[in-house]
Amino acid sequence: MSSGVAVDLENITIRFGDFTAVKDANVNINGGDFFSFLGPSGCGKTTILRAVSGFLEPSEGRVLIGGNDMAGIGPNKRPTALIFQNLALFPLMKVWENIAFSMEVAGASAAERRKRADELLDMIALGGQGDKLPSELSGGQKQRVAIARALCANPDVLLLDEPLSALDLKLRQHMRTELREIQQRVGITFIYITHDQGEALTMSDNVAVMKAGVIDQIDTGHNIYDDPATPFVASFVGENNVFRGKVKSVSGNEAVITTNRSGDLLTRITPAQVGKLAVGDDAMMFIRPEALELAPRDADSKTTISANVINEEFEGNSFSVFLEGDGGKQIKMSVPNLGQDRISVRGENLSLRYDASNAVTMPAGELASE
Amino acid sequence: MKKKMIFSDFFKNNGVVMGCLLIGLVSFWLIFLIILPQLSMLDYSFRFNLPPAEVGGPKDVYTLSNYQHLIYGSDTTHQTYNTVDLKVFVRTIIAAMLVTIFNIFLCYPLAYFLGQSKGSGFVRLLVVLLIIPYWINEILRAFALRIIFGDSGLLNEALMFLHLTSEPIDFIRQDIALYAGLGYAYILLMLFPMYNVIESLDRNQIEAARDMGASWMRIHRRIVIPHAKPGIVSGATMVFMLSAGALAAPQILGGPSSLWFTQLVYQWFNDSLNWQQGAAYAIVLLASTIIIVLTVMKIFKVNMGDIGK
Repeated sequence: MSSGVAVDLENITIRFGDFTAVKDANVNINGGDFFSFLGPSGCGKTTILRAVSGFLEPSEGRVLIGGNDMAGIGPNKRPTALIFQNLALFPLMKVWENIAFSMEVAGASAAERRKRADELLDMIALGGQGDKLPSELSGGQKQRVAIARALCANPDVLLLDEPLSALDLKLRQHMRTELREIQQRVGITFIYITHDQGEALTMSDNVAVMKAGVIDQIDTGHNIYDDPATPFVASFVGENNVFRGKVKSVSGNEAVITTNRSGDLLTRITPAQVGKLAVGDDAMMFIRPEALELAPRDADSKTTISANVINEEFEGNSFSVFLEGDGGKQIKMSVPNLGQDRISVRGENLSLRYDASNAVTMPAGELASE
Repeated sequence: MKKKMIFSDFFKNNGVVMGCLLIGLVSFWLIFLIILPQLSMLDYSFRFNLPPAEVGGPKDVYTLSNYQHLIYGSDTTHQTYNTVDLKVFVRTIIAAMLVTIFNIFLCYPLAYFLGQSKGSGFVRLLVVLLIIPYWINEILRAFALRIIFGDSGLLNEALMFLHLTSEPIDFIRQDIALYAGLGYAYILLMLFPMYNVIESLDRNQIEAARDMGASWMRIHRRIVIPHAKPGIVSGATMVFMLSAGALAAPQILGGPSSLWFTQLVYQWFNDSLNWQQGAAYAIVLLASTIIIVLTVMKIFKVNMGDIGK
């Protein structure tokens, strides 16, 4: 199996008439990486995938696969294989014919094709199911057949366009693990498109978060969650509480911001924005629900927020407490269930504290819509 | 068990009153408008052509003589074959097949283009333009074609104007007008079933095949045509059946020396007033076309149920 080929997007801009679907995207994907494009629907992530697969040419910029410029090279000539959102299995061909279709195109004999299809069927744990029709398989099995069909041509890069979106939750979670395993086994570059942050974070080596045609951040899933570069990333990936305010003082990567409700708060500046915040700027501070806890009496007021409880929900492994935040937004605090009966009473005024290292601040900007 | 389910679902969906009404109407249509007339034709075809006074009398018995006449040309001897009528029969069947095949080749690219362009305004306009000529009566359309194909018709004038021919081509005598007329008469019945199935093809399947390097030929052979097969067969069945049974086009566009089998049937009924003989000819035509259609469906592995899709 190949060791994985790098994919580079250089200043890619893609326009459809007056509409700019992708704006000046620069992405370097290492060979053998599991790389995800994460963003809400309509953010241009599928358009990028189509530019890599060759179904459309970028209006500006270059797509490089393994260092080779792909301009003018059609989808059939690129070392990529695409898995469609609806899988696009051929319903009238048997499973093994589906898997070996690329070999049929290349003129391989039926015996050769059957042999390779059976090998791939064994790999995806569907040995002996080659003579069925796709319609006789379950959703997860079809999924695996689509992967086998794409892998049959020995592509250098596998492109996946939200292939798990049609599956139910349990199966989707199972397929995440399986996809990651398959990727590590075959060792080729996977480019994965999704709007589901859970999928992106669990499977990927690196994630690009996109908003309205623009890539906001490219980093590991861990860094994207902990150090979001923009308010959009902070609010799109995972749950987050936002506090608006003005910068009161800055020292290195720490800042104090003055919020409307909770006074002056100490916070960390997100790494991508260090040096870009000045005193008096509008800022947004984000604290994750799990980073908030009930404050002891002597807590430092610079890392304490007080708010009235709206209500409380029992989630099984945790309690979610919703409090009044600013601008009509609720503050959510997540408290692990360690056998407490309840955390709060409705209407009660609570003091919450956090570690300054768990609060990230950045210049104010657009949030992800719910 | 399964049949029972279909029936109870049918009544659940439509209500008892509406369900009974629908079944009643369909039954009426089937029994009184299709089955009974055909049965009476079948009955006629096995009887002698007797004067009215003897109908129901001792001479009114069943016989195979009408069928013998088609094959041997005589009710009594088996020495000679009825070459004239048999030739007309074979020619009709073969010509109807050719018309059908011609229509398949003509309609497939058009149906693919229409089906894959996902109902844009331009395509809807094209479809309307295709339908409008069919508001005109079949006989009028046949006469219009006769005028176009005539000695001093539009086509010959154009060919001579372009110096492609020095004297008019006799399209009528060479049966070109007949085949063009037959092909044109039922072409929409080929186009629309094809268009419907091709429109339902998931475009991603074509892109997936293209991504795997398939040529256009292979994409059509392996993906589009197998998907469109029920539509193609359904269209082909209708065009073949209707062409073989056409009367207006052969009557108006046929050359003087070429008869269509339906014209023989017509002559027996209308000119010779021998309904029994005409019925036998008609039954032979009907049975042959049904057998041919079923055989073709068997060869191409299409079920009756697929056609209704």
